[in-house]
Amino acid sequence: MSQLSSKHLLGICDITEDDINLIFKTAENFKQVINRPIKKVPSLRDITIANVFFENSTRTKISFELAEKRLSADVVNFSSSNSSVKKGETLIDTVNNILAMKVDMVVMRHPAPGAHQFLSRHIDANIINAGDGTHEHPTQALLDAFSIRESLGDLKDKKIAIIGDILHSRVALSNIYCLQKLGAKVTVCGPPTLLPRHIRSLGVEVSHNLQETLEWCDCANMLRIQLERQEDKYFPSLREYSLQYGVTMPMLQNLKKEIILMHPGPINRGVEITSEVADSEQSIILNQVENGVAIRMAILYLLAGKQNS
Amino acid sequence: MKRIILEHQQVDLILTRICHQLVEDHGDFKHTAILALQPKGILLGKAIVQKLEKLFEIHATYGELDTTFHRDDFRRSDKLLIPNEVNIDFEIENKRIILVDDVLYTGRSIRAALDAVNDYGRPASIELVTLINRKYKREVPIQPDYIGENIDSRTDDYVKVEWDDTKCKVWIITDNTK
Repeated sequence: MSQLSSKHLLGICDITEDDINLIFKTAENFKQVINRPIKKVPSLRDITIANVFFENSTRTKISFELAEKRLSADVVNFSSSNSSVKKGETLIDTVNNILAMKVDMVVMRHPAPGAHQFLSRHIDANIINAGDGTHEHPTQALLDAFSIRESLGDLKDKKIAIIGDILHSRVALSNIYCLQKLGAKVTVCGPPTLLPRHIRSLGVEVSHNLQETLEWCDCANMLRIQLERQEDKYFPSLREYSLQYGVTMPMLQNLKKEIILMHPGPINRGVEITSEVADSEQSIILNQVENGVAIRMAILYLLAGKQNS
Repeated sequence: MKRIILEHQQVDLILTRICHQLVEDHGDFKHTAILALQPKGILLGKAIVQKLEKLFEIHATYGELDTTFHRDDFRRSDKLLIPNEVNIDFEIENKRIILVDDVLYTGRSIRAALDAVNDYGRPASIELVTLINRKYKREVPIQPDYIGENIDSRTDDYVKVEWDDTKCKVWIITDNTK
């Protein structure tokens, strides 16, 4: 396996286990690169990448931009809040205008699920999904799986719990696809109102009991409560949610085995996890952030190489 | 057509000679490090390190360098360039670096290696050891400092360095259809 099977990274659903392993292998090399005195390589120096963000982002955008710059690509940034989108321009017109300026790759975040699939049918550049609504966030899933593998070894038969707001989470869906492709067992845990009705059809176990889930798993991925996507009330109060589904230090200490904790950020400290847990040795949250740059460098590198072959 | 140009006894003699030349120039190797190029220079690099130890009891600092991200044919060749591991657990800064690769042909891999080394620091000097120096079709002005064997081969010949454990043979493969 020395090529990705796809020209784009639209979602984990569309890529193979071999693709994931190739991305991981390449990311290991880039992790070495970003830990040495000069953190930059010239591989993409003739490539221009547009970061097109129709939704807010802090870490994903910075992580992509850093990955692009460390590969020596030219980078242009676009965010919808200060653009012609406000004047009524369509997605395809916006992107075509950017591509007319000879851009080779587009990293896009969009609130509409499937926006990237739509775009990939109409434009020639490589497209990387940096999040589409509540659908997928493939780079987050890859960096999560890479971080788990770094801590626990091969993912086959590892028990991973995804806890919290599964209903509104693109991270959850991409994580489920990715972890299952790598042979891990997945349980989702949260209040019934925050779990999609047909989630079992993806082959995951469902639990509403946090304590049981923590006792079962090797790794718990805590998801953020996405208040901005919640038009209705899904639980009575944040306080009640944190009492039922928030992880505290005494809970971790009372488990029979040591588990690792992850969070895709941004953390609502005191809601999904307490500050003590977030900063504990069992938390690999900052490893996730570091690995994010390496994983994104690997994806950009592999897709850019695919472009000409 | 395929023929052997160096049997393993000859390669062994060549490596012994190169080790003597290296010791003549680098003494006890206190300020020198050997950097073998991934993937094909690794076995040659290890063989030189072993020989230095056997002949002179010199424990040379040894590392492995990958040049993939510095190559100039990324997106220009049919195959995607997949990187190899880098193993450098010492400071490059102010060290005398000896790059080791099996065949020097166009010189482009070594050009990439010169860039890659500088990402780890500024060495005091960089030299090059090559087992086979193919004299024609150099595309950049790079020449080796220590040469195993000079070969005048046709540009469409293929030179293959084959390792069986620590024993090495060199083949030349000629395409007779041309």
